[in-house]
Amino acid sequence: MSTKTIKEPEVTLDLAIEHGLNEEEFEKIKEFLGRTPTFTELGVYSVMWSEHCSYKNSILEIKKLPREGEQLLVDAGEENAGLVDIGDGLACAFKIESHNHPSAVEPYQGAATGVGGIHRDIFTMGARPVASLNSLRFGSMDNPRVRYLLDGVVRGISDYGNSFGVPVVGGEIYFDEAYEGNPLVNAMSVGIVKHGETASAIAEGIGNPVLIVGASTGRDGIHGATFASEEISEESEAKRPSVQVGDPFTEKLLLEASLEALKTGAIVGLQDMGAAGITSSSSEMTARGGEGMTLDLDKVPMREKGMSAYELLLSESQERMLIVAEKGREQEIIDVFEKWDLNAVVIGEVVEGDKLTYLKDGEVKAEIPADSLVLGGGAPQYEREATRPKYLDEVQNADLSAFNHPKDHNEILHKLLKSPNIASKRWVHEQYDTTVRTNTVNGPGASDSGVIRIKGSNRGLAVKTDCNGRYVYLNPRRGGQIAVAEAARNVVCSGAKPVAISNCLNFGNPYKPEVYWTFKEALGGMGDACRALSTPVTGGNVSLYNENPKGAIFPTPVIGMLGIVDDIENHVMTPGFKNKHDIVYYLGAKRRGLGGSEYLKAIHNATTGDAPELDLDFEVTLQNVLLEAIREGKVNAAHDISDGGIITTLSEMAIFSGVGANVSVKELNGSIYDVLYSEAQSGVVVTVPREEARALEHFLDSKDLPYEELGAVGGSRLIIDEFVDQSVVDLKESYESAIPKAMSQ
Amino acid sequence: MSKKIGVIIFPGSNCDHDAYHAMKSVMGAETEFLWHKESDLSGIDLLLIPGGFSYGDYLRSGAIARFSPIMNAVVDFAKKGGPVMGICNGFQILLEAGLLPGAMLHNEKLRFICKDVHVRVERSDSIFTSRLSKGDVLRLPVSHGEGNYFIDDAGLDSLKQNDQVLFRYTDAEGKITEDSNINGSVDSIAGIVNRQGNVLGMMPHPERAMEKTLGSEDGKVLFESLFSELQIA
Repeated sequence: MSTKTIKEPEVTLDLAIEHGLNEEEFEKIKEFLGRTPTFTELGVYSVMWSEHCSYKNSILEIKKLPREGEQLLVDAGEENAGLVDIGDGLACAFKIESHNHPSAVEPYQGAATGVGGIHRDIFTMGARPVASLNSLRFGSMDNPRVRYLLDGVVRGISDYGNSFGVPVVGGEIYFDEAYEGNPLVNAMSVGIVKHGETASAIAEGIGNPVLIVGASTGRDGIHGATFASEEISEESEAKRPSVQVGDPFTEKLLLEASLEALKTGAIVGLQDMGAAGITSSSSEMTARGGEGMTLDLDKVPMREKGMSAYELLLSESQERMLIVAEKGREQEIIDVFEKWDLNAVVIGEVVEGDKLTYLKDGEVKAEIPADSLVLGGGAPQYEREATRPKYLDEVQNADLSAFNHPKDHNEILHKLLKSPNIASKRWVHEQYDTTVRTNTVNGPGASDSGVIRIKGSNRGLAVKTDCNGRYVYLNPRRGGQIAVAEAARNVVCSGAKPVAISNCLNFGNPYKPEVYWTFKEALGGMGDACRALSTPVTGGNVSLYNENPKGAIFPTPVIGMLGIVDDIENHVMTPGFKNKHDIVYYLGAKRRGLGGSEYLKAIHNATTGDAPELDLDFEVTLQNVLLEAIREGKVNAAHDISDGGIITTLSEMAIFSGVGANVSVKELNGSIYDVLYSEAQSGVVVTVPREEARALEHFLDSKDLPYEELGAVGGSRLIIDEFVDQSVVDLKESYESAIPKAMSQ
Repeated sequence: MSKKIGVIIFPGSNCDHDAYHAMKSVMGAETEFLWHKESDLSGIDLLLIPGGFSYGDYLRSGAIARFSPIMNAVVDFAKKGGPVMGICNGFQILLEAGLLPGAMLHNEKLRFICKDVHVRVERSDSIFTSRLSKGDVLRLPVSHGEGNYFIDDAGLDSLKQNDQVLFRYTDAEGKITEDSNINGSVDSIAGIVNRQGNVLGMMPHPERAMEKTLGSEDGKVLFESLFSELQIA
């Protein structure tokens, strides 16, 4: 086979290393092929074996997560996204994915294409995206570069998602110096599909034609997957050409055309072209089907002239899909795409054997056993060296009583409410379309999770993204547990039963033993909590190498939680106070321990102590009892205690409603600093009409769930014993003004 | 014979399903989608041009949609007195097509705005507001990047003389304040009709405020007015 042209460099170990492969991997490739790879083949292997596509350094740990559940309709990792039965003949496809590295160098396009990519994963399965969420991490807001990144990321999400027409219903944003230079941009999409109408990402049926549909292919995003698999450095700016460019209009057409084309029944399989474009879609579909595929790259609609096979295969031009059609019915598909003014071109076919063959200019440019490229096939899998980080002993044994606590709780409260981690994110949310598709019951902001109704059903979905990276940094295992437990608690607070998660695992360089140890521990913690709460993992994404020149980010395994609301008219719960005279209760575990709290960070600029306490068995009980109480109408408001402690929980309930409360926390035994500011897990505040308070108490007694009556709703001030006495208007001003003020600097 | 509502789909329309749901499921009216390449509107009694980003709106909102084949038919339909309602991107398209006067600029603060706003009803003698009283305040969602309505002084005088302003952005009490004009529109204008009164363009989304579960039913009254005037359903 003569595949070399004058322009192509000679394939050597050095070139392989330049492509991000190591010597062992280069040898393995030669073994698979029985010869030295061509330049094009080297490019193909390098992207398919990049961390981003192969999960080579993470898959062995990921496989330990619980992936079984009655409601799961496909196994994790088998299709583009998880699929969960939500009743009424419907299923929910959902997934969360990162676009961190692109967003670090080109925030607008990085975030926009992150949104586009995750929606494509969902509609590739035949599901219509109905909601989207995101989870963002940035450095300190005092840094102008951070404000630039935030502005760009929000505009990117806004412009892409708003045009595509899917509402943002929830999300979270945290700021911490640990994310300086390496922001995290994780996007989640949630879609709905009827049972029996799902599509599969498979290539099978010898002789079946293969089509490329959607946008034309250009030179953008070449080696994006490889870029995503290395650390951000000062040279990263030079990788801007690795960042893809998004076109939400084409994506919208692609959505409508794909769903319409699926209805013809002429589609055997389809897969979106995300990372590593034609390469990954063709190899993964082929490996799944167990047959071969031949593609003639000259037939690919191109945006620019003179593209080589290498470039065509590695391009990450957005808004494209690969479709395998039933032989003889390809025209039906082409007709649909033409109606939507999109390309749909036959570029090859499914063939006998197990090889992927890519032709260009009449020559074979690459001929590779498909299975050797993919995860679960020939792609390498590594167990890395793991060492417990030394800093853990230091932080976990820190003497928190040595802090000199300020006396004025009113002042502390205002500082907490102004902390960008707690302050209202309205400035962000109002730039997103949150109501399109007319399903949004609880949008982002004033609710513990986003809630949408499902048209044609009494049910709804509650969805939430969550992770406190600070906790995972201080105690990787418990931090991993908390990420899952808190996301589930948020969904319960909105009136839903948590059923499954997707996850986005953002960590540092896995070749650093301390990072790898943290990764293993955090996943172990997530697994503990997923098993306890019966919320299996349906899939997700791994983003490693999240480092800046100063070191790794906080380990941040973001959880995308899916919950089901059984009765959308009667079960949906919100956190704001409802009526004056309603009684305020605390339900849950002891409020103690200031480790990892926003209080320590905002007031003492300290990230130390052990992660907040969590007893998973107790957590399960709390969530079950709370959900039952909500479903039976025994409470009329519920709000989780998280960042800032019970003091911010009570403040938010007042701010969201504009009504105050007079409460006492003295029965919650402990130091007042612990009681007010501890972020100990498994605690919620609920309210109930005065005349129904006894009934609630009887119910909680019967379930053996600890609770305390704190006081009553009413008035225009929030009063907490002799510690806090503030008008709700002033609290709201601090809460609402912090981020707009910072962004107008 | 029952009357029929048509919802136009341009490439990039994304409130088409919402408008359809509002008409068909909430109002119970016979409703059909109209593809932008069609040119026959016979049998249609009310036209809705929904929101979204027609053709991506990369140039200027609605600037390309007005050249779609269906727009000639829409202009004829409107000129013959057929009722047309353009919401958000639909309003922008009606401006570009010359069925309504004025133009849309980017929001004053150059950011997309999605939130609930209050609008004051300025006329109750239009087919779109006959079930309302002048001065009533509705709470409706907005969701747009280019909703800053502009018209020159002469145009504004003419709008006022002909009583063409149907909605203005206000606070919850119906007062125009500095903050109530969310996007910088001339004279706080949120919606206008043509001189004949059969073509309405408005930036807020009444079709997103039709059901209690979603927080507000204030949008419904516009369609109730219209349906009783047109004797639909």
